[in-house]
Amino acid sequence: MDELKKKATELLESLTVKVVIGYEEGTAGRTRALFAEKPEDACRLIYDSRCVQNLATYLTKREVRDKGRIAIEATLPVMRSIIQLAAEFQVSDANLLVLGITPDGKLIEFGNLAEVEAFIHQYPIEINQQDREELAKIEKMTPAERWKFWTDELSLCIKCYACRAACPMCYCDRCTVDCNQPQWIPVPSHLPGNLEWHIMRAVHLTGRCVDCDACYNACPLNIPIHLLTKKMVEEATVHFGGYQPTIKGEHIMSTYRPDDKDNFIQ
Amino acid sequence: MNTDKRLIRKDSLENLFDILRKKNKIIYAPVSKNSKIIFNKVESFQEIATGYVQTVQSPKEVYFPRFETVLEYTMSKDNISVESVNPDDIPEVILWGVRPCDAMGIGILSAIFNQDFDDEIYNKHLSHLTVLGFSCNKADEYCFCTSVGGNPGNTEGSDILFTQLGENGDYLAEIITEKGWSVVSLAEGLFETAGEINKNQFLADLPSMFEIDEIRKNLENIYSSELWTEQSLKCIGCGACAYVCPTCACFDLQDEAHGKLGRRLRCWDSCGFSLFTLHASGHNPRQLQSQRWRQRIMHKFSYIPEKLSVFGCTGCGRCSRACPADMNILEYLISLQEATI
Repeated sequence: MDELKKKATELLESLTVKVVIGYEEGTAGRTRALFAEKPEDACRLIYDSRCVQNLATYLTKREVRDKGRIAIEATLPVMRSIIQLAAEFQVSDANLLVLGITPDGKLIEFGNLAEVEAFIHQYPIEINQQDREELAKIEKMTPAERWKFWTDELSLCIKCYACRAACPMCYCDRCTVDCNQPQWIPVPSHLPGNLEWHIMRAVHLTGRCVDCDACYNACPLNIPIHLLTKKMVEEATVHFGGYQPTIKGEHIMSTYRPDDKDNFIQ
Repeated sequence: MNTDKRLIRKDSLENLFDILRKKNKIIYAPVSKNSKIIFNKVESFQEIATGYVQTVQSPKEVYFPRFETVLEYTMSKDNISVESVNPDDIPEVILWGVRPCDAMGIGILSAIFNQDFDDEIYNKHLSHLTVLGFSCNKADEYCFCTSVGGNPGNTEGSDILFTQLGENGDYLAEIITEKGWSVVSLAEGLFETAGEINKNQFLADLPSMFEIDEIRKNLENIYSSELWTEQSLKCIGCGACAYVCPTCACFDLQDEAHGKLGRRLRCWDSCGFSLFTLHASGHNPRQLQSQRWRQRIMHKFSYIPEKLSVFGCTGCGRCSRACPADMNILEYLISLQEATI
């Protein structure tokens, strides 16, 4: 990724951006986020198949925003997240420059977010084969079996909220689960509290989830919570023909038509 | 009570387990779930995981559960009656397969839960707890117990400490406490007399990686350093580090009401969350993640040692392993040793 290092160095030298967010070598064979603020930091940038953390989650972090204009090393899921964040008025061309990494690992420079949007629209969000099979397995279960599957898995949850923190779409300063007067979602990590939290998370992400697996990768207990959001991606595909993050446009869960075939809205 | 050394054959461990189970003892031990090792209630010896370095979560959930009822109340027309829970209802539990760092963590948690108030519920959990420790014959790049006063064969906190004498070898059993002896008394025949055994050669080799006193000294001067921001930029502000930690003790009290009945629960909480310090007024004295990260380090390596004469860290390395953003506490502690203002 010499082009990436070169480009990042240029951007920092010319003061075009204040910080370049990318991946660097981490500890014990892992990779992690790098916040390059000096041109000489840019040589630490890397890209390989280990770089799966969704860096877009940092774009709404206050200390990062406060630094000024940002350039970000963005894989396809990160680019999708950025466009969804743009649609939700969280990022704009004024504060962000995207250094894209194509699915075959090449640097692609974008002049603005509209170009990023056009690029990601070439790649529809599609659940991969392995996860489709997992979902099909759950779908085939009887309600009792499915209940057992999810209660077994979700009773492990300790509510560390790593899933929430790792997700670029969970950027609210105060999440519904943090509100305890009234208590919408039980705070304790007992089974009902855990079920409600994960159901709420999946519903809030419907039509917004970019299928990046950040939630699952962040879970210290490997609970397959990504299957909940993936199921919602599938549902959105069946009922609404799927979705793509779009800077300006309708979002499946926040729009309606007066002539909807269901009458609950009328 | 003197520490006594006995030998237990490798194949006899299963017999010991079965004897304890037959006596209706509740046993928690490391098991594999979703390719992670966690502590869980076990019924059979075969369920117990082997070959791992460390569990994802510390065993603290057994004696400091992630949520626990502290009182129950009933409302009537003109009265509210409050009832404390009866600590005697807390069951007796055997923790099997505890690493020495975790066993050491029990003492730290006890110091915290008794610093200015004797926490009856916590103390009852401990008095009903028997800790069967297992020494470490391997460590990974996240381990650093030897830098914070521990070691892979430390007996502190265990009632019996088992050390395997080589790969596939038998076990040295060091019986440390009265509770340890009561386990031995249930299976006297399994514990043979041991000759002179030097267990050190069978323990993981883990050199100390920093001078904790140097770090403590530095922490007194770097409260306002930029270093906290630099270190914590990649922190995503979840509570994974605190919830897997054997010594993090913070909790939040939450009421759950069901009509006229309700209960008050203490639930794990974390200083990594922005909500942790949010005042009712809306003011938050720790608005930034850097301030929250500083609190985490200061609490463990400055405030707790100062107040309670123990370190708030056992070097188990769990927070680093669990961190989704690769915030590696060992790396940061080493850099804090060299830090200047």
